[in-house]
Amino acid sequence: MAAEVGGDSGAPKKGKKSGKAHKPKKRPRIDMTPMVDLGFLLLTFFVLTTTMSTPNTMPVVVPPKITEKDKDVEPPKISEDKVITLLVSRGKIYYYAGLEKNLQVTDFSPKTGIRKTLLERRAEIEANYGKDEMIVIIKMMEDAQYRDFVDILDEMAVINQKKYALVEITPEEKDIVEEYRKTMEKTL
Amino acid sequence: MAKFKAKKQNIAIDMTPMVDLAFLLITFFMLTVKFRAPESLEVQVPSSIADTPLPAQDIMVISIAPDATGKGGRVFFGVDSKHTRLAILEKIQERYGYEFDEQEKRLFSVLPEIGIPFSQLKSYLNTSEAERKQVDKISSIPIDSTNNELKEWILFARYSNPKIRIAIRADEKTPYPVIARVIETLKDQKVHRFNLITTLEAQPKS
Repeated sequence: MAAEVGGDSGAPKKGKKSGKAHKPKKRPRIDMTPMVDLGFLLLTFFVLTTTMSTPNTMPVVVPPKITEKDKDVEPPKISEDKVITLLVSRGKIYYYAGLEKNLQVTDFSPKTGIRKTLLERRAEIEANYGKDEMIVIIKMMEDAQYRDFVDILDEMAVINQKKYALVEITPEEKDIVEEYRKTMEKTL
Repeated sequence: MAKFKAKKQNIAIDMTPMVDLAFLLITFFMLTVKFRAPESLEVQVPSSIADTPLPAQDIMVISIAPDATGKGGRVFFGVDSKHTRLAILEKIQERYGYEFDEQEKRLFSVLPEIGIPFSQLKSYLNTSEAERKQVDKISSIPIDSTNNELKEWILFARYSNPKIRIAIRADEKTPYPVIARVIETLKDQKVHRFNLITTLEAQPKS
């Protein structure tokens, strides 16, 4: 493409039919190729920087702290059949449904991970209680990283799960996870 | 024969409209582009599907990165406008009794992020840029329960600009207890709604 642009480098036209087109004075032609190259380089640069410099945000709402005056207020009661509790560790999620503490483990992989688990659980609850009844309780473990936190909130957004709560992990649950890990090591 | 003829003919494409368009676009992007302010704390933010852009005004950013041990975290604090920064410095003067001269104020008002205990702020503002960069690599705003200066920063910023919103810009490798500590600090201030800064990731099709 570029070779054709510089008209001046081409050989003078053989005057067969081009008698009209051939002008007595040679019109100077500027080779625009480098300019175009530079132009598009800059264009690419600016296009890339504009799209990359817009950070996105994820809104988070956390429950207020329980203060002295809330001591007598009963926490809202929810049916255990509608609950799934996720204990989020580094790249791993331990979960149990309802109150029975038999742990299962999964991860963040898109096809087989937590998303599938949550969707299955939701379908189950939907069949029994109706739409939007599932409540997800998220408890972050101490060895988790910030990435896990964002990932789990992201999963909520992906599956469009509106009812979820960030709750502090209890010592009892820590023990269960510890136990679960030990038994897993033994079986391996 | 025909092939030979076609080769001899010198085709000149008029590139002028293309060049015009290219430069029009360049001009457009040059004018609209907003360069990110240089950040004192280097952070690799995690990706998410969230696509709400971060508001450009009335925002305070709490930056968190893991420290050298990988167990704790370093916390920096930044607000978007010069005006707010100066108001914050005024509050620090009132509260802690440090005196800042004009030059120190001017420097403070252009620093996008601060991550230093109040007690070292004055000497920090008097060092050279290279030295400040060195300090930025190890320093942090204290967030321990006994000495939680982040709380004061948030308080001062909210006094200075009541409309201010809070964003957390944390490194994806930050240990969660540090994040929990910051969220706890926000809760103490009755802030229950904030934003996490992430980069965009394609939404999975399901």
